[in-house]
Parts: sequence; C-alpha cells; structure tokens
Amino acid sequence: MIINHPLLGPRDSSEFVYLGDACLINRPDWQADDALEQFIEYGHTRDNPAGLHRELWYHEQGDRSWLVVTRNTVTHEITQVELARDVARAEGRSK
Amino acid sequence: MRYSGFRVIKEALTGHRGWGPAWRDPDPKPDYDYVIIGGGGHGLATAYYLAKEYKQARIAVLEKGWIGGGNVGRNTTIVRSNYLLDGNEPFYEFSLKLWEGLEQDLNYNAMMSQRGIINLMHSDAQRDAYIRRGNAMILNGADAQLLDQKQVLEKYPFLNVKNARFPVMGGLLQARAGTARHDAVAWGYARAADQRGVDIIQNCEVTGFRIEGGRILGVETSRGYIGAKKVGACVAGSSSKVMAYAGMRLPIESHVLQAFVSEGLKPVLPGVITFGAGHFYCSQSDKGGLVFGGNIDGYNSYAQRGNLPMVEDVMEEAIAMFPMLGRARLLRSWGGIMDMSMDGTPIIDKTHIDGLYFNGGWCYGGFKATPASGFVYAHLLATDTPHHTATAFRLDRFHTGHMVDEKGMGNQPNLH
Repeated sequence: MIINHPLLGPRDSSEFVYLGDACLINRPDWQADDALEQFIEYGHTRDNPAGLHRELWYHEQGDRSWLVVTRNTVTHEITQVELARDVARAEGRSK
Repeated sequence: MRYSGFRVIKEALTGHRGWGPAWRDPDPKPDYDYVIIGGGGHGLATAYYLAKEYKQARIAVLEKGWIGGGNVGRNTTIVRSNYLLDGNEPFYEFSLKLWEGLEQDLNYNAMMSQRGIINLMHSDAQRDAYIRRGNAMILNGADAQLLDQKQVLEKYPFLNVKNARFPVMGGLLQARAGTARHDAVAWGYARAADQRGVDIIQNCEVTGFRIEGGRILGVETSRGYIGAKKVGACVAGSSSKVMAYAGMRLPIESHVLQAFVSEGLKPVLPGVITFGAGHFYCSQSDKGGLVFGGNIDGYNSYAQRGNLPMVEDVMEEAIAMFPMLGRARLLRSWGGIMDMSMDGTPIIDKTHIDGLYFNGGWCYGGFKATPASGFVYAHLLATDTPHHTATAFRLDRFHTGHMVDEKGMGNQPNLH
C-alpha cells in the first residue's frame, strides 16, 4: 500500500506503524462519572467495519507524524490521508 | 457408508460406482433447536459434538459460501498444545488429545501426522522462557522436551545455527504435535455430523437476528427466516460483522494473515519448526511443498490477501533459518482473515441475549483448536455452562480484568 502523506507525498506503508481505529484520538474524560466504563470501551471494543475505516498510522521511518488514513478494509484502497493533529484539533482537542 | 481399506479395494474392483456424496444438501427447515452460524471447522465440529456427545437433535449449520472455504482451508495445518498460561494450556491439550483420536472417531482420513514441533531458541533468556513453558505444559498433562543445539542439529542438520545475530542454542520440542490435512478436517466433521442428522446448509448467509424481549427467536438468512431455540455464532474473521446484527461491539479487530507454499521438494523437513527470533513457522506437506507463514500484515482487513512487505519479511526469516532454501521457488501465497482479540485469546461465551452464543477471537491459532473449540462450544450450547477447560474464555474478561495474554502484549491486537 502507498500512503499519500499530506506533507511528504506518496510513501510506502512499510515506513509506517499501524495503531488502529482513529476513535483512539477521542480519549475519554477521566473525571466523568462513568470514566471506568468509558475507558474499558475505549481500550477494548472496536467497530471493526468491512468497508471504509478511519485509522491511525505513525510515520516512524519518516517524519514521525501521526496520520488519520481513510482506507477500505475490503479493497485496501486509501481515499483520504490527514494529519492526525488537524483531525484532533478540528474535533476540539489540544487547543 | 463406512470408509475402510476393504471398501477402497471393493470400489476399485467395481469401477468406483458405490461412492455417494459425503453429506446431504438439504433445504433449510422452518425451525431448529440449534442453529450454528458458520460452516468452518469450528462450526461443523460444534454441530458434530452437539449430536454425538450431548445427544442433541434438530441442528443446522448455516454457511454463506461452501463449507471449509474460510480459514480452515487457509491455515498452515499445524496442530500443537505448547502454551504457557493456565487459561490456555488445558484447553489446547484437550484439543490435541481429541486430534489423536479424531480419524477413528470421524471414520475419516484427516492425515493427522504427529511429526513434532520444535521452537528454536536464540538467547539465554529465551531458554529460560522455554524451560518455564515446557514445565507448564508438563504440569497440564502435555509433553515437552528441551533440546540442546546438538539434538536440534541431529534432526535439522542444515540449520544455520551459527548465525551471528540469532545463533540457534537449542529448542523446545513437543513430539506429539504435528500437522493435519486442513480441508479433510472440515469434510470429516461435515460427513460425521451429517450422518448424525445435522443439516448442513450451504449458500445460506445470515443477514440478521430476530430478537424479542432479550431472547433470540431465529435468524434471517438469504434463504429465508429460520427459527431457533439457540443460535451459536462461529464465524471467526467476520465476527464483528455478524454480531453487529445483534447490536454488539466486540473486543476484536479483523486482520489479514498470509501463508505460503514452495514448489515441491524432496523430503527435507522431518517436522514443524519455528524461528524463535521472529515469527516464522514451517513444515513440509506430503506433496513436498514447504508450507510456511509469519506474522499478520498488521492493519484491519477483510480482503483475504495481503501486501508485499510481509511477504519479504517472511522470506527473510526463512532464508535466515535455512540458507539452503535460497533456490526454492515460491509457488503460491494467500491470505485469511483473523479475529484478532484484544488479549490474543479466543472468546467462547454466552452473550447478553438469551439463546445467542459467541465463539470467535481465535487470532491465528484457530486450526489446532478445532476439535476442542467444537467440543466446548457444544458443551456451552447444550448445558449453558462453560466446559472446565474453557472457563477463561469469557466475553466480559476485558471488564473484569481477567485477560489471558499469552504473549504479554496488552490490548494491541496486531501485536498478538
């Protein structure tokens, strides 16, 4: 697979390390009343769809940026690549 | 019809006109006592043991394609019980004992061959770990033997034991481990289950569950609605897809694992051998091809085919171990979809819906578990209590903290 890095252009996927579902950006609030339940879900359960999947890749053998890659898990086709920083900020994190 | 040597000779002399189909092709009935979703090794074994050991009737196995077309037909055929943890080892040893009597039990030649498995060790720390694992195996009734470098070389004289980075210091041998003909396992269970009245319904995809008041009533399928008192999902690889019909999110990611076979060679590998410094396992089929594999590709996938970086990685491990294989040509490679669970251990449990049961999360260890998985799942379906070898495989263990993490990797599925 070739990942079209937003800053560096097309890079081979073997330069990256895969973490998992991009929902991992949304770390639960540790002060919430149901924080324990939320963290168990956050740590362990996944949607695991057959089809479009937003996922976190880390460019370890490159510029060490975190990316959110939208990829089809049935065909491996990559349709969108964003910097995870931009995605997280757009969702209101790390202002 | 019973298969036997006499039968083969008789059919040979009479033009092979007496062989019939090995199992029926029935239309689905309106309802059953038990519906098993998934006609792979585990699903067919579950139906067989439900009928044979637990004396249940009115059982159907629903398969969306043809039986044995998924992971039971895609693995590297290795059968072993060399696990460390208490939650795992009694279960896998129970499975290996079932493998030992499987062919007689099913009256089917599954080409079970106890040719032994050796896990190579490459460091002092790894020797300590293997001694511990071997002792845990022996305590659980399995067999284990520690080999030094000389003993390994007696069996595998061509190994590159003097590799500067990963010298082979010895190995952990389980002599009762080996290989079995993977397709024949599915066919053998299908035939034996069918003979006990199980309906095996192919080309019948489950498209939903009918659930009322927290109780399962039946399944919607591509061949119409089928009522059921109890429904057992057994669809590792597609578990998240099927259980989503019941509104469940699972502690599972689907990943692709590749396997490879070389051109046919003269007999060279007497048993199964694994590389301890990476992840590589290899045996030689009776046709002569080397059957081998390595790690999963590492990203979520339902594609049943992998990518080239992992192909390269597996070949590098092969050549590091056996430099003499440099001229052997790769014949084929393929991929299968694994249910990678959050702790690397399967799940066999009830769900929060009455009458709906779940069996999955096999990571890439499902084939060796086939007989025991079917047996304990049949036990759970028939008695509503877990079999004593499978009490650790609970669905709620991620909430209670009782994970069974054989490799100690934490909740990162692509590392198990």
